[in-house]
Amino acid sequence: MSAVDLGMPSLPHAPRGVGHLRGDRSFPDAARESLRDGQLRANLGHATSTIRAKRKAVVDEVPDWAELREAGRAIKAATMARLDEHLVALEEQVTARGGTVHWARDAEEANEIVIRLVQATGTDEVVKVKSMATQEIGLNEALEAAGIAAHETDLAELIVQLGEDTPSHILVPAIHKNRAEIREIFLRTMPQFQEQGVDADLTDEPRRLAMAARAHLRERFLRARVAISGANFAVAETGTLAVVESEGNGRMCLTLPRTLITVMGIEKVVPTWRDLEVFLQLLPRSSTGERMNPYTSLWAGVTPGDGPQEFHLVLVDNGRTAVLADEVGRAALHCIRCSACLNVCPVYERAGGHAYGSVYPGPIGAVLSPQLTGVEDNASLPYASSLCGACYDVCPVAIDIPSILVHLRAEHVEAQERTTPEAVAFRALAKAMSTPRLWRLAQRAAGLGRLLSRGKPTLPAALPPPASKWTRTRDLPTPPRETFTQQWVRERGR
Amino acid sequence: MSAREEILGRIRTALGEHRAPVPDIVRGYRTADGRPTTELLDVLVDRLEDYKATVVRCLADEVAGTVATALQAALGAHSHGDVVVAPGLPAEWRPDGAVEDDGRPAVALAEHAATVTGVTVAVADTGTLVLDGSPRCGRRALSLLPDCLVCVVTSDQVVGGVPEGLARLDPRAPLTLISGPSATSDIELQRVEGVHGPRTLVVVLVT
Repeated sequence: MSAVDLGMPSLPHAPRGVGHLRGDRSFPDAARESLRDGQLRANLGHATSTIRAKRKAVVDEVPDWAELREAGRAIKAATMARLDEHLVALEEQVTARGGTVHWARDAEEANEIVIRLVQATGTDEVVKVKSMATQEIGLNEALEAAGIAAHETDLAELIVQLGEDTPSHILVPAIHKNRAEIREIFLRTMPQFQEQGVDADLTDEPRRLAMAARAHLRERFLRARVAISGANFAVAETGTLAVVESEGNGRMCLTLPRTLITVMGIEKVVPTWRDLEVFLQLLPRSSTGERMNPYTSLWAGVTPGDGPQEFHLVLVDNGRTAVLADEVGRAALHCIRCSACLNVCPVYERAGGHAYGSVYPGPIGAVLSPQLTGVEDNASLPYASSLCGACYDVCPVAIDIPSILVHLRAEHVEAQERTTPEAVAFRALAKAMSTPRLWRLAQRAAGLGRLLSRGKPTLPAALPPPASKWTRTRDLPTPPRETFTQQWVRERGR
Repeated sequence: MSAREEILGRIRTALGEHRAPVPDIVRGYRTADGRPTTELLDVLVDRLEDYKATVVRCLADEVAGTVATALQAALGAHSHGDVVVAPGLPAEWRPDGAVEDDGRPAVALAEHAATVTGVTVAVADTGTLVLDGSPRCGRRALSLLPDCLVCVVTSDQVVGGVPEGLARLDPRAPLTLISGPSATSDIELQRVEGVHGPRTLVVVLVT
């Protein structure tokens, strides 16, 4: 059931021309290319299998995981049911503690707000904590166009930024790069190696690479006057913001600069402080496969003498209210960005994150991106799944991703104005299946397909078009010698 | 119309005129446990060591000496003067020669080699120490910039799980949850301890 079906005024989707929610190619076209990249497939296979095992071990040791998961699901559902009230409460609390709240209808408006805030401080560079929301709205590009340099400080984001690449995973954006490739990027781009060039004393050992990043960013942290972050959670009741991280780059950004600007999607609010006791258990175990991530920072407004003395919170819609209007699709807003669904997805593991064309890849991306943009702008994504259900099983807030995928496929099919060969074929099939005489005729005709098979269990993939569109990616079994009905008649009579 | 009014209006449209009642939240998970303190301490130590933190146990009257010895092991013999402590750290916990954080510009704290702070609560199941910006814990930059962090934990501060830990905190305080030294798994998912935060974490557990 879509918003339009209910006769509701349709709510605006994320605008085109800004941000990173749309690919320039369809999923199958982009995936075909990444499937040919052997290095990428090796990197992805290694990374996803490693993290799957870690997640499983730390989830299995929690005896009340099922109860936590159910509570997480219920909290998110309850939050969405009164989202306006929670946002107003959050605004009140943040303001009462010395922060300023800004509202942004879409990516463009959010970028304008952030640029204006940075310019007001008189600086032309900012440090950034890894944030999906700011990637979604294309903040770095907007800042650059305004003459402001944005330095990513998360190690993987730094690798992606220095390599002039794009992220391919929610949690580990440089998962598609291996250590040798990372070393090469650092040697090429970090000023500290410029004089030494390829002779630099930098091996591809992860520890050495991490220390190079530490040295590269240390001075930037100490001189930064403005930081930009996202938020994992925002507590309406108390005005508390939370950023969950590992490296300490987040703490540097959230603590040292004078001004902090936090950009968050409106769905990140949770009603009460107590709700964090659920999510701070669900998120780290699902995400990095740790009992707890090394650092979590929590703050409410401004604390004199400790941390930033100016705090701005930018609340972004950018298509989220359109998602909220869809009663089935709405659950995609429950996502806490752990990325467990990416790591278990057989499609993601082979195609990689770039094939999804959006900053949100994998199963959750396949349901979130088309809803944020309108399904017509990401029409191939609801089909980028085998519907195996592994994503639903691991989701810490029990988002039924397969059901939403099917729902979006239906919405896409219904929106088709031109009749497709597939629609014609299925209409004919429906007619045949509801008319016994036609059905028997069709079965007899299908039996002729045996002639094409030459004794093999499947028909050749190279059927003539338009049938080839179907058989290119699917095996069509050779029709059996006799149908079930024929066999029944033969063995048992009428 | 302001963006605020427009977004709130969109949400009201999306949820419809006749709103469904708010679904119940069943909190069937553990919120307390009856494990004795000795068991909780063992779990805490196990978790912290799993994160590659160093844990030293001592009695209440041995804290200063234990801290000094741990610092020596972490930094080498010569660098006692480089230690900065939280302003409210009890006198009997301070190693000789340590200076107190006097509120100098935060970036100046980077010049110190080590920090000693207290904590406000420690969660055994996840190996998590919580600092709340109080005088005993110090401001956030204090436990961030020096490369070695020593936290003194008393046994009455140790709780079993995350819910019990959060229940003891003030949600309006600047809070830092620390679970082991700074770490990354961004390169081939191989864990490397010590990126931007302190590379060494020492926990002195007072029992």
